[in-house]
Amino acid sequence: MSDNQQMPGGEALVKSLEHEGVDVVFGYPGGAILPVYDPIIDSSIRHVLVRHEQGAGHMAEGYAHATGRPGVAMVTSGPGATNVVTPLADAFLDSVPMVCITGQVPYAAIGTDAFQECDTTGITMAVTKHNFLVTEAQDIPRIIHEAFHIATTGRPGPVLVDIPKDIVDPTNPRSAMTWYTATDADMELPGYHPVTEGDPELIRQAAEMIRDAERPVLYVGGGVLKARAADALRELAEMVQIPVVTTLMARGAFPDSHELNLGMPGMHGNYSAVTAMQKSDLLISLGARFDDRVTGKLDGFAPEAKIIHVDIDPAELGKVRRANVGIQGDCRLVIEGLNHAIRELGGTAVQADRSAWRSTVSGWQEKFPLTYEQSAPGDKLKPQFVIEQLRDGNPSDTIVASGVGQHQMYASQWWEFDHPYTWINSGGLGTMGFSIPAAIGAKAGMPERRVWAVDGDGCFQMTAQELVTASVENIPIKVALLNNSYLGMVRQWQEMFYEERYSEVYLQERVPDYIKWAEAMGCAAIRVESPEEVGPAIEKANEIDDRPVVVEFVTDARENVFPMVPSGATNSEVVVDPSQQHLLEDES
Amino acid sequence: MSADRFHTIVTTVENKPGVLARVAGLFSRRGFNIESLAVAPTDDDRFSRITFTVDVESAPLEQVVKQLNKLINVVEIRELPPEDSVSRELMLVTVSADAGHRKELMEIIEEWRAFVLADNSKQIMLSFSARTARLDEFEECLRPFGIAELQRTGRVALPALD
Repeated sequence: MSDNQQMPGGEALVKSLEHEGVDVVFGYPGGAILPVYDPIIDSSIRHVLVRHEQGAGHMAEGYAHATGRPGVAMVTSGPGATNVVTPLADAFLDSVPMVCITGQVPYAAIGTDAFQECDTTGITMAVTKHNFLVTEAQDIPRIIHEAFHIATTGRPGPVLVDIPKDIVDPTNPRSAMTWYTATDADMELPGYHPVTEGDPELIRQAAEMIRDAERPVLYVGGGVLKARAADALRELAEMVQIPVVTTLMARGAFPDSHELNLGMPGMHGNYSAVTAMQKSDLLISLGARFDDRVTGKLDGFAPEAKIIHVDIDPAELGKVRRANVGIQGDCRLVIEGLNHAIRELGGTAVQADRSAWRSTVSGWQEKFPLTYEQSAPGDKLKPQFVIEQLRDGNPSDTIVASGVGQHQMYASQWWEFDHPYTWINSGGLGTMGFSIPAAIGAKAGMPERRVWAVDGDGCFQMTAQELVTASVENIPIKVALLNNSYLGMVRQWQEMFYEERYSEVYLQERVPDYIKWAEAMGCAAIRVESPEEVGPAIEKANEIDDRPVVVEFVTDARENVFPMVPSGATNSEVVVDPSQQHLLEDES
Repeated sequence: MSADRFHTIVTTVENKPGVLARVAGLFSRRGFNIESLAVAPTDDDRFSRITFTVDVESAPLEQVVKQLNKLINVVEIRELPPEDSVSRELMLVTVSADAGHRKELMEIIEEWRAFVLADNSKQIMLSFSARTARLDEFEECLRPFGIAELQRTGRVALPALD
């Protein structure tokens, strides 16, 4: 596209998206965004027509998680925009790079309560990294470039661009613009200068603290994945032989099969991961934010630990826990700097003696592995067993997208994540219904990879209609529906903390018929009730690649997620599986 | 109130629609209390200056500054501690000035070097500019006469000269 060509703003918007390298847009048309949908027909960009705007947002997130490239959602004004508020909030809390284009009523009509008008930039201000209301067609290429720049640099996040109809509508003179290819030089962002390089002096101090620590733990968060720092992390961990915990947002950032990996910390973390942090003398936090689900009761968290905190967002340093050394910077660059600084200090040879620590930690690992009891004959399936069978029946580079609740915790605990970007979930916001659209977005971005959504029956009922999208758009994801007929996590809390008074958590066993529902949406559907059917059903699902597959596993509602740190308790009060509880007495 | 609890933060922001809402929204959703707020264009029409005073006992100042810095439209932030800055605030006030108390009132106006903006023999409208604490004191002096209306601007500040 040559510069200086005259074109309407709608065409310029589509050209701008092409210029940013966008290959897929997840969207839903409507009145105010109509003029942009016309040039979409002639564009190289694939448009995936969703069945609800929330689906478009979560698909954009799934795409971004899987590919590392910003996901793009496009919706109309008013209800179209309000329906993407949840995915925006989700992407904001989990730092997912995403650009959302919303239609808006014509500029002159803004503020008049026009049809399908809402204050989109006002509503989304608190749930986006930044948002724009474009007022002139001529600004479109520059603002789209700025939006992608902001979404993908620094701490990534969602950016929304609100576009009044008149500046994209070719029948309106206000849409006339002269095309230019926007570059970084065109950007007008005087207040935006993300810092990526860590301070070398602080990195050297951190390297010394690491050298001298006797009970250190690498506390790895989602920032390591965002910074593409998995290789640098592995080099660091192996050089200094320090155990690693990977948070819910960082599963896969360090291989689960690695002997240094203790698994997930936090409320439902592995005993050894939770306890190693708790007894540590040095927490090396990399791209993690001391979330309440990780720390438990804050004033009892890792009481003896000094803190090295690396984050690209300086506001995270000292927000929750004061760091002894806080380093602002990109995790990959800082970890590479640390590796260099540690080698300068003498590398592996000069590290403190950690043999006692390593043996204590492996003692916990042997004593308190994740565990569950197999179901008795005639009983319903154990959800953990289903996840184990899924794990064993799929290649290790399979992408797993989960919803929110017990099934999410089982998936995180029992899958073995050995590769980065194979685990996609809603960590910060905890958005039920996330998995199916996120899996679709991931599969659209990585069509050659196998993608399984692990879902619960509560979540499934929130966003299942996107399986119609998957069928029609030929995006053959697979769904493992763990159906226990309950809102399992809420049920667990009511069992443990509300004297087994179950309030509004029973969903129904007969209705809906998930097989009929899945088939009605164009999916293959398989129902599994006994343990010996589980493996073959997964195999059969994996053979079907011409349409989405839903495998309904009928699971035991009485099963609870362990370990568990009760809400409000410190991480020293972790409750392990009932079969291990007696072993805890020796530990205290 | 102790003066040291209140720190002045001067932010230079892009002069664009909605920027004040972004700043105010950030304060409310992060639970920071603003004591006073003053907004006006600067000598460069691309930028505005938002000067506000926060109670450092209600919110960690470091978090306030860091979170403000994350707003894309915020270009520069300067924290002005009371000992290293000069601050002023303006007050407009209308006071009852009947014949019985007029003489006494006029003496106070003169003593405090306030300006008389209007006088209709029943009421006097004054303007007074000083440090925030002085405004508080002046207000107390006027109160016995009967304050009909009072408006303060919130403080503005600049760094002290060497």
